[in-house]
Amino acid sequence: MTSELDIFVGNTTLIDEDVYRLWLDGYSVNDAVALRVRSGILEQTGATAGVLQSDTMDHYRTFHMLERLLHAPPKLLHQLIFQIPPSRQALLIERYYTFDEAFVREVLGKKLSKGTKKDLDDISTKTGITLKSCRRQFDNFKRVFKVVEEMRGSLVDNIQQHFLLSDRLARDYAAIVFFANNRFETGKKKLQYLSFGDFAFCAELMIQNWTLGAVDSQMDDMDVDLDKEFLQDLKELKVLVADKDLLDLHKSLVCTVLRGKLSVFSEMETNFKNLSRGLVNVAAKLTHNKDVRDLFVDLVEKFVEPCRSDHWPLSDVRLFLTQYSVSVHSLDGFRHQVLWDRYMGTLRGCLLRLYHD
Amino acid sequence: MPGKLKVKIVAGRHLPVMDRASDLTDAFVEVKFGNTTFKTDVYLKSLNPQWNSEWFKFEVDDEDLQDEPLQITVLDHDTYSANDAIGKVYIDIDPLLYSEAATVISGWFPIYDTIHGIRGEINVVVKVDLFNDLNRFRQSSCGVKFFCTTSIPKCYRAVVIHGFVEELVVNEDPEYQWIDRIRTPRASNEARQRLISLMSGELQRKIGLKVLEMRGNAVVGYLQCFDLEGESGLVVRAIGTACTLDKLSSPAAFLPACNSPSKEMKESPLVHPPSHGCRSTHNSPIHTATGSRLTQNFSVSVPTLIYTGTGSGSAGKEGGPLKALLRQQTQSALEQREFPFLTLTAFPPGLLVHVGGVVSARSVKLLDRIHNPAFVGIMGNTRSYKLLDWNSFNSDEPETRDAWWAEIRQEIKSHAKALGCHAVVGYSESTSICEEVCILSASGTAAVLNPRFLQEGTVEGSLEQRIEENLPVGCGFCHIPYDELNMPFPAHLTYCYNCRKQKVPDVLFTTIDLPTDAVVVGKGCLIQARLCRLKKKAQAEANATAISNLLPFMEYEVHTQLMNKLKLKGMNALFGLRIQITVGENMLMGLASATGVYLAALPTPGGIQIAGKTPNDGSYEQHISHMQKKINDTIAKNKELYEINPPEVSEEIIGSPIPEPRQRSRLLRSQSESSDEVTELDLSHGKKDAFVLEIDDADAMEDVHSLLTDVPPPSGFYSCNTEIMPGINNWTSEIQMFTSVRVVRLSSLNLTNQALNKNFNGLCENLLKSLYFKLRSMTPCCLCHVNFTVSLPEDELIQVTVTAVAITFDKNQALQTTKAHAEKSLQRASADNEEMLQFPLELCSDSLPSHAFPAAKEHLESASSNSGTPAAQRAVTVEKASPMGDGNFRNRSAPPCASSTVGVVKMTPLSFIPGAKITKYLGIINMFFIRETTSLREEGGVSGFLHAFIAEVFAMVRAHVAALGGNAVVSYIMKQCVFMENPSKNQAQCLINVSGDAVVFVRESDLEVMSAQQPAVNCQPSCTGEVTT
Repeated sequence: MTSELDIFVGNTTLIDEDVYRLWLDGYSVNDAVALRVRSGILEQTGATAGVLQSDTMDHYRTFHMLERLLHAPPKLLHQLIFQIPPSRQALLIERYYTFDEAFVREVLGKKLSKGTKKDLDDISTKTGITLKSCRRQFDNFKRVFKVVEEMRGSLVDNIQQHFLLSDRLARDYAAIVFFANNRFETGKKKLQYLSFGDFAFCAELMIQNWTLGAVDSQMDDMDVDLDKEFLQDLKELKVLVADKDLLDLHKSLVCTVLRGKLSVFSEMETNFKNLSRGLVNVAAKLTHNKDVRDLFVDLVEKFVEPCRSDHWPLSDVRLFLTQYSVSVHSLDGFRHQVLWDRYMGTLRGCLLRLYHD
Repeated sequence: MPGKLKVKIVAGRHLPVMDRASDLTDAFVEVKFGNTTFKTDVYLKSLNPQWNSEWFKFEVDDEDLQDEPLQITVLDHDTYSANDAIGKVYIDIDPLLYSEAATVISGWFPIYDTIHGIRGEINVVVKVDLFNDLNRFRQSSCGVKFFCTTSIPKCYRAVVIHGFVEELVVNEDPEYQWIDRIRTPRASNEARQRLISLMSGELQRKIGLKVLEMRGNAVVGYLQCFDLEGESGLVVRAIGTACTLDKLSSPAAFLPACNSPSKEMKESPLVHPPSHGCRSTHNSPIHTATGSRLTQNFSVSVPTLIYTGTGSGSAGKEGGPLKALLRQQTQSALEQREFPFLTLTAFPPGLLVHVGGVVSARSVKLLDRIHNPAFVGIMGNTRSYKLLDWNSFNSDEPETRDAWWAEIRQEIKSHAKALGCHAVVGYSESTSICEEVCILSASGTAAVLNPRFLQEGTVEGSLEQRIEENLPVGCGFCHIPYDELNMPFPAHLTYCYNCRKQKVPDVLFTTIDLPTDAVVVGKGCLIQARLCRLKKKAQAEANATAISNLLPFMEYEVHTQLMNKLKLKGMNALFGLRIQITVGENMLMGLASATGVYLAALPTPGGIQIAGKTPNDGSYEQHISHMQKKINDTIAKNKELYEINPPEVSEEIIGSPIPEPRQRSRLLRSQSESSDEVTELDLSHGKKDAFVLEIDDADAMEDVHSLLTDVPPPSGFYSCNTEIMPGINNWTSEIQMFTSVRVVRLSSLNLTNQALNKNFNGLCENLLKSLYFKLRSMTPCCLCHVNFTVSLPEDELIQVTVTAVAITFDKNQALQTTKAHAEKSLQRASADNEEMLQFPLELCSDSLPSHAFPAAKEHLESASSNSGTPAAQRAVTVEKASPMGDGNFRNRSAPPCASSTVGVVKMTPLSFIPGAKITKYLGIINMFFIRETTSLREEGGVSGFLHAFIAEVFAMVRAHVAALGGNAVVSYIMKQCVFMENPSKNQAQCLINVSGDAVVFVRESDLEVMSAQQPAVNCQPSCTGEVTT
């Protein structure tokens, strides 16, 4: 006696959170059943394996039918076929768009194209995340990217409006879209120690201060593209390291204030010029797309690594960066104070976040 | 010219992409009613078109208004080729035809295509202006209200219950017409959907006319069914109970009529001589066929049917002659009608006097092809599906079908008479068709009714008598209606354990719901008997004969199984009994479902004794005693599980409730010819009988085993197939209606009956287990109205469909609720129309397990004041207490959907919604859908296909209810789910027919809040009720 057909349809669609998670994680029905058995559910409920199999199949079928709607979450709210309480709808959407840290680190900053999709196989092998789950996550990134790419208004708001995500998740997606659009390199070995959270933090600061939206909220793509004019202007900062007097003056101003306050004062003093040169050169190079992409590599190479090799404590880095930024205001010969603040304010935030082991 | 139908097409959304090039659609809409068609403009390049059309006006007869559905077709405009259909919406405008129901239909409807399913939604507004029709010879019956609910609907009261109405119409099935060979599956499906819609409309109109003739204004318990007879046509038939209903505008003013025997009756007490003896009978006369088309026709009064005696609440003090008088009165009222049947399963207080037992009849018929040249001739005509007057046109077909049913009803009527009853309640009819053989079945519960409700003008008079009434509460209906000296069949009678005055049978089987005043001990449970019988493949007459020969055996075994399982549960009565016999190519299946309870008025059931046939064999003996022990253990466990601790009764009156092996009745398994069975049933002499199972062969062993394999539901779950579960009264508002379908393929070719039984048993048990597992998050909860349907779509396929509702209840709240609402329940008019919601009073046995039994009456009185009142009941009380006028007004003014999300529509097979009060009935929902696919694999196989289809059906029902302004469907039933597959061709087809009553309900908590905060007269709208889940 074999079951040809076996279905359960509720007037209110039944959603089992555990099974949903297994489905999202890309497990096949059989694997999901095996995992559920291992969770001890049979003992708890007195059910048989057959019952579990049938239940899992049912849920999988429901999720499969819901998936089409989840691709455009507002549709899920307006559709009539599945009666789902609002709190459950929110849960379905939120979980569907939630991604794995390991996965996002592999894709962050890459072009969300078909070519990359072929790499999903490798990512799956490398991260241990099922290929199915990788595909879902990748497709989510791509879908969100396509929808909000050329939209006016705040990136986060747009994502929230079109995908009904929670604030936190919408911010993460904003970072992913921003990184994908600007193709920031995040995969280099020396960047491996950084988490998605680190990048997302930086992305948010950059979106707030370095994009078109930071100056004009009515532009298309305002939050996605960096402010080209601003990047051009950054070349002006070069004088800070090119002008030897200015550099010396800057150094002495910083050293005066920090003497006795840093545990790594002498190291700082020796390295000041190198560090300053590094930070200013990063700014000056941002006119080229290629260098924009390497922003994080450069920051780590030019600032994070030298400091780390001298064992700067984080508090010292904070003190130094603050003083380093502020002291420029006292440089009489330097005229680009506003530009400097727009650059350094964000960079300081990013560097502090990036500075860890 | 009595009506103007107005339709406005507002907008569409989520339309499918019809133009691949642009990824867009150029949609327009055709609105068709009868022969008239209007079109909207084409809305170019959009998936969310805004047509905002003018009002399309149709001037039509009200006859057409009743028959025809409004047909809305959404199409994609194509300049060069034919316009592509996107899908259709059929809207039944019947609810707009009665003044009290909906006034406008407005909302988003899923656009449905029989091949693609739901494809977007369309927003439509429909109104009807009805002119007063003074034509006395009218053909329409506008204004007659229809209810699927099998009790008097909540916001009405029954002035008169007129009785049984039935009608059937017959047509050729479009699927089997010659034209079907050349048209597309879509066209064929649509023709069928439209035809059935038309036929339902016509049927409803005709029934309405009958109701008007009887001077009624409503049909309650309306049950419409389709018989897909294949080649021989399509029959749409309906039965119902004609009533005159009064809307309860100010519920407090309503004092319902009650059963109150006149004084004289009370003054002449009757002493019945004691009688003993438990006898069960089985008469299964097999009538040979009469008439040309029928081969075999037999009807059975198997033990099941007659096993049960019944008594009347009033009988305690009735004199014999008065009993007769009562009967006479009722008879005069009822017997004016051909069939004194009621489709109701729950009754206004006082209507049901005695219950006699289940009566049923079955008949095997051979279907004949309808030959109808006239029909084919007009096929090309646009009105080809307009029903022809078959009587004049051709074929005596409806008459034939009518005659078949009349025969069966006659049979039922005579069975009821034999039980000393003049009426049949909880009556239903069904068919099972396989190829050209059709089994017609009818069943009901023989009963004695109070004539007061059945005659006009008598209800008023009974009002003052209500107060004088002094009846034994809660046991009256159990008292036997027949004369015990002249019993129609042998039965074991004892004095009623409740009132001690009247005789009761030892077991009671009924098809109705548990009467609300019944005194029940402990909780109830779902009891099923399942049975398969192999049958040789045969043709025509031979086949019919073979089936006829098998039927009595099946009835008998189903009954035996029910009886055994009932005893195993330690219970003594079955309610809501429904026996379904399904015929297939090579087997017959029997499935009986009922809710077992322990009625306090009936004697404690004896145990089950096993007797071996070969007593010499030592190991065998040991085995037997082992089995016996297992059975005893099971009974003990069940008693604990269902909290059956009946009060101890003093020995001298009734005797020990503990089974004594000496006093056993022997029920032999019959293996011989059916006609001899009566003699084989041994009669017992003892007072208390243990039920004896004789194990004489492997078969019997198997049966005993299968008895024990039924696993009780996991803790936290209860199940029943009646409306309410005895012993649970503190429902919370969380409900989940569901449908589950399983199809299994039987593996081996040379199956035996035992293997089949085992498979079938396993299938049903597994299905139940799955349900319990799926709904585990709702515990503690009860599956109510569990409705199993079996069909045999193909040779080795068994399909089981289950629809039920899971309702959560609060384990801890019972007592608090009781206290909090004690006062309110006191105020409650003791017998209002909400009787469906009155839960039996045995609840107090939970809190006071050792109450003194003989003080039954006092006890009951106190119980009625402090036992828990169900949530819905409380709602009613509150509503009555607060003088806030009409609830409907508030609902009308509140939008059903406040936010952008879709408004919630609840669905339930029950006639009520826990924790809420139904304020308005918006009309009947009766929908028929066909879905077909030629890409079965791509749609996820058979499971994916059917899952999606059922979800779509639910969605369409909800959308229609929401458009009527409602927020729930009650008495929802899936009457048919015919599934056919052809995996090798990657095809499948499914037909689903559902019905129910669209209603508006208001949550009880909202009512309470309002009454608490606004004690003064206040008509402020409450919008939260219908928006929240």
